[in-house]
Amino acid sequence: MPLAFIVWAFAIVIVYVFLARLWWFPPPINQHGIIYDQHFLSTLLVTGVIFFLAQLALGYVIVRYRDRGQRAVYSHGNNKLEVLWTSAAAVLFIGAVLASTRVYAGVHLGRPPENALRVEVLGKQFAWSFRYPGPDGKFGRTDIKLINDAGGNPFGLDDTDPAARDDIVTSALRVPVGTPVRLTLKSRDVIHNFFVRELRLKQDLVPGMEIPLVFQADKTGVYEIPCSELCGLGHHQMRSTLEVLTAEEFRRWEQAQVEQLRQLQQP
Amino acid sequence: MAEARSETLVPASAWGGGASPFAMNSKKLGMWLFIISDALTFSALLVAYTYLRLATPNWPTPFHFSPSILFASLMTFVLLSSSLTMVMGVHAMNHGHRRRAVGWILATMAGGAAFVILHATEWRHLIVDEGVTPFSNPWNEPLFGATFFALTGLHMTHVIVGVLYLGVIAIGVGRGKFKPEDVEVSGLYWHFVDLVWMFIFPLVYLMSVHI
Amino acid sequence: MSSPVTHHAVHAAPKGFLRRYIFSTDHKVIGKQYYLLALFSVFVGMLLSVLMRYHMIYPDAKVSWFEKLWPTGAAGGIMTPELYLSLMTMHGTIMVFFVLTTAPQSGFGNYFLPLQIGAEDMAFPVINMLSFWTTFAALVVLLAAFFVPGGAPLSGWTAYPPLSAVGEIAGPGQGTGQTLWILSIALFCAASLMGAINFIATTIDLRAKGMTLMRMPLTCWAWFVTAILSLLGFAVLLAAGILLLLDRTAGTSFFLPAGLVVNDQILNHKGGSPLLWQHLFWFFGHPEVYIAILPGMGLTSTVLSVFARKPIFGYRAMVYAILAIGFLGFLVWGHHMFVSGMNPYTGIAFSVLTMAIGVPSAIKTFNWIGTLWGARIRFTTPMLFALGFVSLFVTGGISGIFLGQPALDLYLHDTYFVVGHFHMIMGVAAIFGIFAGTYYWFPKMYGRMMNETLGKIHFYLTFIGVYAIFTPMHFVGVAGNPRRYPNFKEFEFLGELLPVHTFMTHAAFFTAAAQLIFLFNFFWSMKKGAKAPVNPWEATTLEWTVPSPPPHDNFGGRLPEVYRGAYEYSVPGAEKDYLMQNEPAVAVKE
Ligand code: HEA
Ligand code: HEA
Ligand code: CUA
Ligand SMILES: [Cu+2]
Repeated sequence: MPLAFIVWAFAIVIVYVFLARLWWFPPPINQHGIIYDQHFLSTLLVTGVIFFLAQLALGYVIVRYRDRGQRAVYSHGNNKLEVLWTSAAAVLFIGAVLASTRVYAGVHLGRPPENALRVEVLGKQFAWSFRYPGPDGKFGRTDIKLINDAGGNPFGLDDTDPAARDDIVTSALRVPVGTPVRLTLKSRDVIHNFFVRELRLKQDLVPGMEIPLVFQADKTGVYEIPCSELCGLGHHQMRSTLEVLTAEEFRRWEQAQVEQLRQLQQP
Repeated sequence: MAEARSETLVPASAWGGGASPFAMNSKKLGMWLFIISDALTFSALLVAYTYLRLATPNWPTPFHFSPSILFASLMTFVLLSSSLTMVMGVHAMNHGHRRRAVGWILATMAGGAAFVILHATEWRHLIVDEGVTPFSNPWNEPLFGATFFALTGLHMTHVIVGVLYLGVIAIGVGRGKFKPEDVEVSGLYWHFVDLVWMFIFPLVYLMSVHI
Repeated sequence: MSSPVTHHAVHAAPKGFLRRYIFSTDHKVIGKQYYLLALFSVFVGMLLSVLMRYHMIYPDAKVSWFEKLWPTGAAGGIMTPELYLSLMTMHGTIMVFFVLTTAPQSGFGNYFLPLQIGAEDMAFPVINMLSFWTTFAALVVLLAAFFVPGGAPLSGWTAYPPLSAVGEIAGPGQGTGQTLWILSIALFCAASLMGAINFIATTIDLRAKGMTLMRMPLTCWAWFVTAILSLLGFAVLLAAGILLLLDRTAGTSFFLPAGLVVNDQILNHKGGSPLLWQHLFWFFGHPEVYIAILPGMGLTSTVLSVFARKPIFGYRAMVYAILAIGFLGFLVWGHHMFVSGMNPYTGIAFSVLTMAIGVPSAIKTFNWIGTLWGARIRFTTPMLFALGFVSLFVTGGISGIFLGQPALDLYLHDTYFVVGHFHMIMGVAAIFGIFAGTYYWFPKMYGRMMNETLGKIHFYLTFIGVYAIFTPMHFVGVAGNPRRYPNFKEFEFLGELLPVHTFMTHAAFFTAAAQLIFLFNFFWSMKKGAKAPVNPWEATTLEWTVPSPPPHDNFGGRLPEVYRGAYEYSVPGAEKDYLMQNEPAVAVKE
């Protein structure tokens, strides 16, 4: 008997916390984020109702059919009911998949726009590096033998290649607002994961692979990037930020970087 | 009088309990189950091999017709013949010819041993003469050696275990301890080992022939 | 009417302590050995989880005995992040393999499968014994990892390469510790394969006369299908383990691509693929989670029916659902890899199949509620745990519906939402299955009843406790909290979630402490509990026809004959409200 009330109480608390959004997603900053939230909400609504009804029913049978000396019904089941709830569940589940495919396709199956800003993301134990192609629009040659983290060359840029000389390497990801960005995710050692909560995006960085990820941030601000795939003892410290700048700020920042590189390379 | 005894008592089916379905004893069933699981282990390795090979553009094809393929064909022939002698052994045992069965089993063991010796020679040739190891080889695709030695090594382990297993069976049969089923069950294992080779031979050898 | 007696050679119990209790081939002794091994493991695993929870909220606390346990990992009494990760790895590994794969299947299954189908023993008693001792060796090897230089591995229970493949340079514990981990898993695979062969052969060949497949208790169905899953799943894990071991020790590159620079060292590997491991691991890993839950489902069905005094609702549907779960379980492994960089189209296919596997789970849930509808429920401790199982299974299963959609998993993957999901459904629903089984079968296993009052107190505290620990994980998961983080100091947004973690930690202390009641009840009842009658719960299956505990040869040399299904309760017209499976049809009053 008390069990019924406990089950109900938990069901109510859980539903309440989700409805009241006591802990919730940060507000989305891109179109995908908005669609994501809608889809999450509709899944939550449907499953929430089923969750609540199932727990309610469980509590109900516990109270209603406790042993009060009545006779239990002798029944081996009901095939009509079986068919009914099997097909209902099937329809619901397939519906959810179909609806979700639309959201998923938007991220991974679309073609990146031509004008997208290209950035290479490199994960290593336990830091992030980002590389922009620089004014020439070309990523230069790299060589793992030239990798030198202390010397600021995590990618192993080969300075003998002119295309490499103007590549901008940073430890935070800066992008202009409202512009499509095409990331290429790479890892140097173990698997890491690029995750920006506000973008509702998550993608592993797998050594030996170059994985594309396209997004467009529509709101300026600074957003944290936590590594989300176990990569070793510093996994919880592998932090960077996504800084969404206005177009003007971004241009100025990029210019400053180029300038700085040029000065460094003056003999 | 009511539904209490609605069901009939003991349905007359092999699956009705009190009998062994498929008309096979537990030992044989157990061996079949082992074979299923072992087949999955090999399949996993073969899938891994296929996956890696497809992902590698310049997979080396170093095996020349002579000696590698000739050698491997000879090994295949030896192993296949040993399956045949095994069949003869089981047959003899089923007809109560104990001595003859032992002879056939010994012949099977000889086939297995010959296979192992040939295989070891082949390994030696690859390692010493060609410089192929699990982690490097002259063609700069280390996975070639890794998959080759992993697959053939696991298979060779099975053959060696099989020879020992048959040895136990031969002694038991000779002493009159084992029944025909026991020989049959060991035969199942032997044929399985043979069958696995029939996958490894084309996938690992024939598909890596130098053309 | 033919008499329900089959004559059989009477087994004499072996003499001598060793043959009787240590290297016994009696399935009942082996079942108990497995059970006790799992009981030991679960308390180790629980201790680790409590330490983990403690470290999460007090990462800088100084506790002197930490240093005694882990002189390097907790030098000065302060637990390091790497020690946290190795505790986590060992926690997950112990819980999944040595608790959830061991207790419900190898423990209860070994003890009760032969009894429930009317057999004298398992099909291969010697292999059964070997399988137990191999499991034991696996546990010893795993625990040894704590005591080698570098300590236990820290790559999680999923051991993703390259982290798990490149050795010590990837972190402490990735040297010898990780190698021992792989060896332990390989041993465990071998043991599980032996066990699986035994279970399948026993179920197929040794059923008593009249025990048709469709008369088997659902527990037997669950053990049978679980054994099939083990047979196929562990075979593949074994292959994966061999390859990983070769990568570590023989310098091969199955899982290691070219161009690795780990810890400033250039590695000489080429051509391998880290995703290959994930495919192989999850091809095993997903069936594994059903290996963990199916026996619990079977047991819940039986216990619900017994204490509802009603036949199970939709027996056939239940059987088909078990089979469907078993079959589909092999087709959904990719849902663990939605963000792994696998081809997105593959992701969609896996998602459809994942949702499909929700359907048989739904069937089971509805049938459980159907069983309770119109019942006459006796609230014994096993019944409470079975009801708790249903509640937790629904809660944990529904979060699976979120994760099964790649679109939503794009955010939820590797957050605490996943941790919440699998603790609800596996960490506790399946554990509740074990508890239900323990309280239900203890009288048969040890010949004494467990204390009901303590049992109920234990139930309520645990039920409330686990909801309190694991529900909030979903909340912080939605807020984006990544899993496998030793502490939350580096990130602003995680700082805000700290109060929730503090709450969960306290709930974990509370719940873990409540388990001492169980431990006490278990050992106290073994010595001092009330003597158990043959059939204390008035249940119908065959194990309740023999003395508690059963004699060495189970049925005293007379194998039973079976006349009806396993769930004949409240049959109209019958004298009692239950009909034993081996009761010949008796004339019943109108
Ligand atoms: C006992 C173990 C168990 C069980 C039974 C399940 C059951 C399910 N699991 Fe779970 N899962 C795990 C253990 C388990 N899982 C573990 C251990 C992990 C993490 C591994 C790791 O990374 O460490 C995991 C991770 C995991 C992931 C990967 C998440 C990620 O890493 O990103 C996914 C994704 O699809 C998933 C999905 C599901 C689904 C759809 C089910 C379904 O089978 C659930 C079906 C049940 C129900 C749906 C509830 C009852 C039904 C109803 C009440 C009917 C009506 C309901 C509706 C119409 C909604 N699980
Ligand atoms: C069976 C599975 C199981 C169980 C029971 C538990 C129990 C608990 N788990 Fe665990 N957990 C895992 C499986 C399990 N866990 C897995 C697979 C991981 C992933 C590891 C990885 O990421 O690699 C994990 C990870 C994990 C994390 C995440 C770590 C991280 O990502 O950083 C946390 C964090 O709080 C946690 C906490 C707990 C707590 C507080 C308990 C408990 O203390 C709760 C209280 C315990 C009980 C209520 C059960 C008691 C049972 C008995 C006393 C007896 C039963 C009888 C017999 C077995 C015979 N666990
Ligand atoms: Cu990088 Cu975790
Ligand atoms: Cu899964």
